[in-house]
Amino acid sequence: MRFQHSDSWFLSTSLCRWAPGNDSEPPKFIPPSKPVIIDKTQAVATLRKFLSPEFIPPRQRTNPLKFSMERKDMIRRRKILNVPEFYPGSILAVSMADPNATGKINRFVGICIQRGGKGLGATFVLRNIINQQGVEICYELYNPRIQKIEVLKLEKRLDDNLMYLRDALPEYSTVDPDMKPVPFPPTGEVPLNELKVKMRPKPWSKRWERPKFNIQGIHFDLCLVPKQMEHAQKWAQPWQEYDMLKEYDTSKLEQQILSEVQQEMSK
Amino acid sequence: MALPRLSRSFTGLLVETSCLIHQRTFRVSTVAAAIQKLTRVRVVDNSSLGNTPYHRSPRVIHVYTKNGIGKVGDKVLLAIKGQKKKALIIGHKMPGECMTPRFDSNNVVLIEDNGNPTGTRIKVPIPTQLRKMEGDYSKVLAIASSFV
Repeated sequence: MRFQHSDSWFLSTSLCRWAPGNDSEPPKFIPPSKPVIIDKTQAVATLRKFLSPEFIPPRQRTNPLKFSMERKDMIRRRKILNVPEFYPGSILAVSMADPNATGKINRFVGICIQRGGKGLGATFVLRNIINQQGVEICYELYNPRIQKIEVLKLEKRLDDNLMYLRDALPEYSTVDPDMKPVPFPPTGEVPLNELKVKMRPKPWSKRWERPKFNIQGIHFDLCLVPKQMEHAQKWAQPWQEYDMLKEYDTSKLEQQILSEVQQEMSK
Repeated sequence: MALPRLSRSFTGLLVETSCLIHQRTFRVSTVAAAIQKLTRVRVVDNSSLGNTPYHRSPRVIHVYTKNGIGKVGDKVLLAIKGQKKKALIIGHKMPGECMTPRFDSNNVVLIEDNGNPTGTRIKVPIPTQLRKMEGDYSKVLAIASSFV
């Protein structure tokens, strides 16, 4: 009796691994469960509360209906094309449909120098140096020719406008076109790159040392004498900081538009 | 008595000359504009005429358009090394329409009268809108290495 029990017990444990009723036929192969691949490089929807600057309407004497209609169209376009969060100083890759390139897609990689325009005409300029030639392309965010916008490296710089990179040494504007996307976490602060750029000898395209541009990201000590810096301060306009008519507080407007946009996008 | 005066005047002269030396910086026009007569231009192909050094940079002396302004794809007449030569504008510093590239220098490719390029290779990237003129400049497009 004991033998029988032990035999059946032994048999049952071994039979567990195979499919039932398989004494004479070869055991059926059950493939192992497929591994779940979590693609960390794919753009996870940012959990940061970020409102693209082109949503904030400028202070004008126009009917707010115009801005709300524009926002509707912008959201419609954003549902089709995923426009990720990026800042001037981030490295982007843009794929554009080109009628002259025989149906092929034209891909350009570069640093975002400037984000301009409001509403549907919002633009961003990408700069790169290819074969020792500096190239800049101004892309419209909501242009239907744009197929894909990828953020290869999300970064902020000390300034909003990096036009001074035209007069900086070429190493600061070169971006490898085959660069792999650097993974960034969807939560937390955007990394700030406190790089101080070295400039070519003067003359520059604009007098970047003047306080009108308020540039923090150039290493002025290497290219300018303190006397020249003081001379540049002659063009300072310290009263503009106290000008009340130039005040434009967008915090409440931003929160309202952000909640509106998030509601519409989730529909 | 005369000596200190002389020394003062000498020091004055020295200061002036050193000031002059510092001030003698080369002024380059800061406004980026499309190509017109007398613009200095950069020859971008590997032809001998374009790459041999000369004491004057190649300049545009005539633009073959209705107005005298040359954009990408327009023919111009250059003065290089004391000779006249036709050329094709490949890229300019002036921002064009949206989604088209803007280069950091005014680039030009030397061309014969029948439209054949003088050089054999163009290393610099070329805007894709030049592909529209397939018929006239197909040979120029053929020697280009990369398109932007």
